Amino acid sequence: MDLSYTDEERAFQAEVRTFLAEKLPKAMSEKVRLGSGLTKEDLEEWHSILDARGWLAQNWPSEFGGAEWDAVQRHIFEEEASLANAPRIVPFGLAMLAPVLQKFGSKEQCDRWLPRILDGSDWWCQGYSEPGAGSDLASLKTRAVREGDHYIVNGQKTWTTLGQYANMIFCLVRTNTEVKNQEGISFLLIDMDTPGIEVRPIILLDGTHEVNEVWFTDVKVPVENLVGEEDKGWTYAKYLLTHERANIAGVGSSNAGLEAVKRMAKAEMSGGKPLSENPHFAARVAQVEIDLMAMSLSNLRIISKAAKGGAPGLEASMLKISGTVIRQEINDLARRAAGMYALPFASEAVEGSNQPELGPEHSRPVAEQYFNNRKISIFGGSNEVQREIIAKTTLGRMQ
Amino acid sequence: MNFELTEERQMLQDSLRRFLRDRYDVPTRNAILESESGMSLDIWNQLAELGVLGALFTEEDGGFGGKGFDIAVVFEELGRAGVVEPILETCILGGGLIAALGNETQRDLLESIIGGETRLALAHSEPRARYDLNRVETRCEGGKLNGHKTMSLGAPNADHIIISARESGAVDDKEGISLFLVPVSDLELRSTPMMGGGMAADIWLENVVVTDEMRLGPVGSALPYLETVYAAAITANCAQTLGAMETATRLTTEYLQTRKQFGRPIGTLQALAHRLADMFVELEQARSAVIGVAGYLEADPKLRDKHASMAKNLMGRIGRLIGEESIQMHGGIAMTQEYELAHIAKRIIMADHLFGDVDYHLERFIAMSAA
Repeated sequence: MDLSYTDEERAFQAEVRTFLAEKLPKAMSEKVRLGSGLTKEDLEEWHSILDARGWLAQNWPSEFGGAEWDAVQRHIFEEEASLANAPRIVPFGLAMLAPVLQKFGSKEQCDRWLPRILDGSDWWCQGYSEPGAGSDLASLKTRAVREGDHYIVNGQKTWTTLGQYANMIFCLVRTNTEVKNQEGISFLLIDMDTPGIEVRPIILLDGTHEVNEVWFTDVKVPVENLVGEEDKGWTYAKYLLTHERANIAGVGSSNAGLEAVKRMAKAEMSGGKPLSENPHFAARVAQVEIDLMAMSLSNLRIISKAAKGGAPGLEASMLKISGTVIRQEINDLARRAAGMYALPFASEAVEGSNQPELGPEHSRPVAEQYFNNRKISIFGGSNEVQREIIAKTTLGRMQ
Repeated sequence: MNFELTEERQMLQDSLRRFLRDRYDVPTRNAILESESGMSLDIWNQLAELGVLGALFTEEDGGFGGKGFDIAVVFEELGRAGVVEPILETCILGGGLIAALGNETQRDLLESIIGGETRLALAHSEPRARYDLNRVETRCEGGKLNGHKTMSLGAPNADHIIISARESGAVDDKEGISLFLVPVSDLELRSTPMMGGGMAADIWLENVVVTDEMRLGPVGSALPYLETVYAAAITANCAQTLGAMETATRLTTEYLQTRKQFGRPIGTLQALAHRLADMFVELEQARSAVIGVAGYLEADPKLRDKHASMAKNLMGRIGRLIGEESIQMHGGIAMTQEYELAHIAKRIIMADHLFGDVDYHLERFIAMSAA
């Protein structure tokens, strides 16, 4: 056992730090630090900065122009990028669709779509969840019927993250109603400009427009946009979900969040002293820090196993649970630290939103982030679904 | 012992609940939340007509209630419907201070408060005070106020604002704090909507002129009166949160009964059913905490404040459980602004940021228990 990075890993870490120091625009990291919301242009700019360095497609094989980083390298990048307040990389095309195309797509599909993901020509979004198909994703009802060289798609997707920016959507659709739920699903690539598609915004409880409903009415999709075989989409969807969970622990973002809480606690006053010296608050921070230390090590253990070719199964579910619980606890601490200045609400939905921002900068996003991050234990397979996976597997082993 | 409401309070509860069910539905409330003033004058006037504001004042102050249980009954219903109008700010904080300290002219305001024509706010909190009531840096010297008041609840919709300022002593002395009743036209407000609904404002005081006639109560001895209205405000806040928790629990129950995944209602999944059961267990604890704080509101200040701290600490802890669990068990739908639970859950959680949070009241309870 050795808990430190190898010399190569340390060299890589230094390279990442230098890159972030030189290339991450200050205005952008300031927005991330203050939680003030990134525009589409910000996200695209960060995308192209990483692309120029060849660090965008971190998990892609080199044959497709990827960096082919191992799990430890990806972890190092994520940790450093979070501490430097870099924007997140929009994952839908790069980290979710691309692995599916590379494994199950045709050569034509790879040649056509992968370069457009890298150079930012296409902004992809994910068409998985439906109003009646959340945790029970396989019960999805959006229908695709083959008519000549097209599919005709009808139905509704929901919780489509950043769908308002997307020009392409990858969708799970039902192509066969005669078989078991999982066996009649196909994986379709759909141009959002096709007639019959309507994107409707959903305003979240923190006032942000982050997710959407996407409605399909007689939408014509060319058959060459089917990935893999008809009715085999569930296999590809599950494969994609394992990639969605690759960075599920969110160690980098928790580290950055905890550091922010500590800075806040030094600046905020309680009983005439810094809040950081208040024993109750200090105890809350210490407990989360202890939990985070153990979770980071769990994450590294699982990562190094994956780097050696082991497939994380149960462990991914465990990390999803402890990672989200810790992240949410940190959001809760930040909210507490802000005191009364957690109260103001800057919503896109409220009229006259030119109100002055009140309170210290560090307090402004905390209540919004607390409520927004309630989503992390819901999406990507809710924590209840993860517990079910753990329970079934462990009890199964006992039998 | 008797845990029954009096007939009058029962009637008040019934009529207020009926009124809010009919007139304060979710679309109405969402429209109010998205409006610039963050409140509805129409609703305000109807609540006054219904006697809801009068129920928060004693007979000698022109009302017909004003006791802990009157406050609890009214605010539990307001909380159940997620009402955002500044009733606590106007009647409990502002009205409470006028009733306790006002001279004859100032007391004339009580009638127009109860009638719905006048709204008040208290500007007491300061940036470095956190939740301490005795920590006041704002000064009154030579008839001029200077300082920075933060998050004055309800101020953007108030006609008069009661401002605390120190006339003597160090920033955290118990003595030396005075109150002034200032027309809002004398002040510059920087207003903001709040996460749980309603409005607040920061007020920067730069040589704001106050006269002796504007002083509310005697010189330099306002702290005990502030403590008294804060105890009433905590009672109202806890009762309001209890009402909101009842709504959250009801909505979660209905959702578990109707939402189907894997071919059956998700409430048939034991993992969720047991967590709903825990919500109900905690809801009973919350109900008792509210009865406790309301029942001791007229007791001597030490006993009163000890109960206020116990209730506020407990409501904060239970609030987090019920707020978070009700969102989690709903899933994505509870994350949307327009769904009823979103506002209710935000109100439950943000209540912890008013009148002292979980940690503040734990510390105050420990200090009072040790004394």
